Amino acid sequence: MMRVRTDELRVTSVSLPEASERFRLPLYLCRVSAGFPSPAGDYVESNIDLNEWLIGNKLATYIVRVEGDSMAGEIHSGDRLIVDRSLEPRNRDVVVACIDGEMIVKRLLVEDGRCLLAADNPEYPPVEIDGDRELIIWGVVTHGIRRLR
Amino acid sequence: MENLFGLIDCNNFYVSCERAFRPALEGRPIVVLSNNDGNVVARSNESKALGITMGMPFFKARPIIERHGVTWFSSNYALYGDLSRRVFDTIDGFVPALEHYSIDEAFVHFDGGHQTEDARDIRSTVRKWTGIPVSVGIGPTKVLAKVASAIAKRRPEYGGVVDLSGPDVDRHLADFDVADVWGIGPRYARFLKSGGEDNGEQPDLWEASGLPPVLRKQKIETALELSRCPDAWVRKHLTIRGLRLVWELRGISCLPLEVFEKPRKGLCCSRSFGRPVTTIEDLGEALAMYCARGGEKLRRQRLAASHLTVFVSTSRFQQNPKEVYSGAASWQLPFPTSYTPAIIAAARELLARIYKPGFIYHKAGVFLTDIVADAERQQSLLLRIDDERRIRLMEAIDGINRKYGRHMVRPLAMGYDRSWEMRRGRLSGRYTTRLEEVLKVRAC
Repeated sequence: MMRVRTDELRVTSVSLPEASERFRLPLYLCRVSAGFPSPAGDYVESNIDLNEWLIGNKLATYIVRVEGDSMAGEIHSGDRLIVDRSLEPRNRDVVVACIDGEMIVKRLLVEDGRCLLAADNPEYPPVEIDGDRELIIWGVVTHGIRRLR
Repeated sequence: MENLFGLIDCNNFYVSCERAFRPALEGRPIVVLSNNDGNVVARSNESKALGITMGMPFFKARPIIERHGVTWFSSNYALYGDLSRRVFDTIDGFVPALEHYSIDEAFVHFDGGHQTEDARDIRSTVRKWTGIPVSVGIGPTKVLAKVASAIAKRRPEYGGVVDLSGPDVDRHLADFDVADVWGIGPRYARFLKSGGEDNGEQPDLWEASGLPPVLRKQKIETALELSRCPDAWVRKHLTIRGLRLVWELRGISCLPLEVFEKPRKGLCCSRSFGRPVTTIEDLGEALAMYCARGGEKLRRQRLAASHLTVFVSTSRFQQNPKEVYSGAASWQLPFPTSYTPAIIAAARELLARIYKPGFIYHKAGVFLTDIVADAERQQSLLLRIDDERRIRLMEAIDGINRKYGRHMVRPLAMGYDRSWEMRRGRLSGRYTTRLEEVLKVRAC
């Protein structure tokens, strides 16, 4: 699920959850007009903290990088994903899974008790999970981050 | 309910860290090698079963590694340090108090009454959030918690949690080798198991203890037998620390949880450069020299440090703000050390983190903090110490340098040529501390 609203904010870098330095942007509650000695300073309410915004559980959050275009649509090759290992996977979550020894990113579909790992890109067939293949859901992807320049 | 102690121990920690990011290696034999890929420092259970021993030189283990397809890694302390922090911060959320004991162990307090449920919650949460399996030992004292955790590791049928706060503690202690009791070194173990035959004084003490003759001059093989030794005899032969340990085995708590960090005392080695320095190589050589000097200072005062800070900076007379930079980074060492190569290796890691190309550096230095006295760490049950061979090596080097001049024998890291480079043939990604090394996941 992409939650980065690229029309509002360009995310160019992200600190690791444990990074001590915080990325703070002051948030103003009023419009600041040029040429007028604005008392805007009085209205500095808080800072937008990207760590706080992007990371729910910092002890269980990891960043991974995508290679390949099977999730094209929302997630592209080279994107960084924020993965929370503490979340319980639900239907339609994008998940990082280990299948046949490989770490992959897919969308988890649960239908009539059947489990599918589907690609968003229709060119890739879904992988059905049955008893024969060993599957580990490693974590749930909460955000995707892409550099736009 | 009373306060109980827990010891939470990460199973085969370095191996588990590697598996956390490569789950396909679960159930497969793995080893992790020391700095410079010299010796085996961690083994998965599968590797232990193949006969690979702790500390085995890589070249000796190599035939087994190749024959059985054992996966080997160079040690990745950046990764292990970060996962250690995640594991213990996670645990901290479950318990009223926690004492960091080493990179892979912590003592905690449990509220009595629901301690095994809490322990199981901790186990499953840590496993899910970090991928690291842990064992939990519970007991009314630290020594018993440590015994419990050893049993939990050895006996998978207990599901990773063993609680010795109940009445069946004696049954477990009767089955526990005295040599494996925390704080009983190999020398004491030999003495106890010999039945004191190598010590002429012992029969008198046994006599003095007033025990019936059938109990006298018995070999002490198990933790239970040790816990039943008379106080006077223990104090005589194992000192007051041994007596505390025996009391702890009996369930009387003598060692409190040390939750407060000791006040930091530190020593600093730094210098301004004689000429402008721009490359990381030159900075690394300078820092290696400061580390060597710091190590020497520590050893001269019989001290050891467990925290290292490295800093670099441009000249403070630099006017142009674009040419001003200073950086610093710290490292918690796995245990207090005065071993120069260990300090240098950590300093180089830190330098790589803070170095920025394009600046003219004027000064660099190292701070060694969290300092403890040698005597204190040798006597303490709570601290690991440097390997005997390393201590002897450093003593020999210090002796030569005192006689023939400073830096007569020195680490190659200080320069001459640039051939000194840590050998790390197979280093996994620093998945959690370097953006450019995060785990790759395939979308195909």
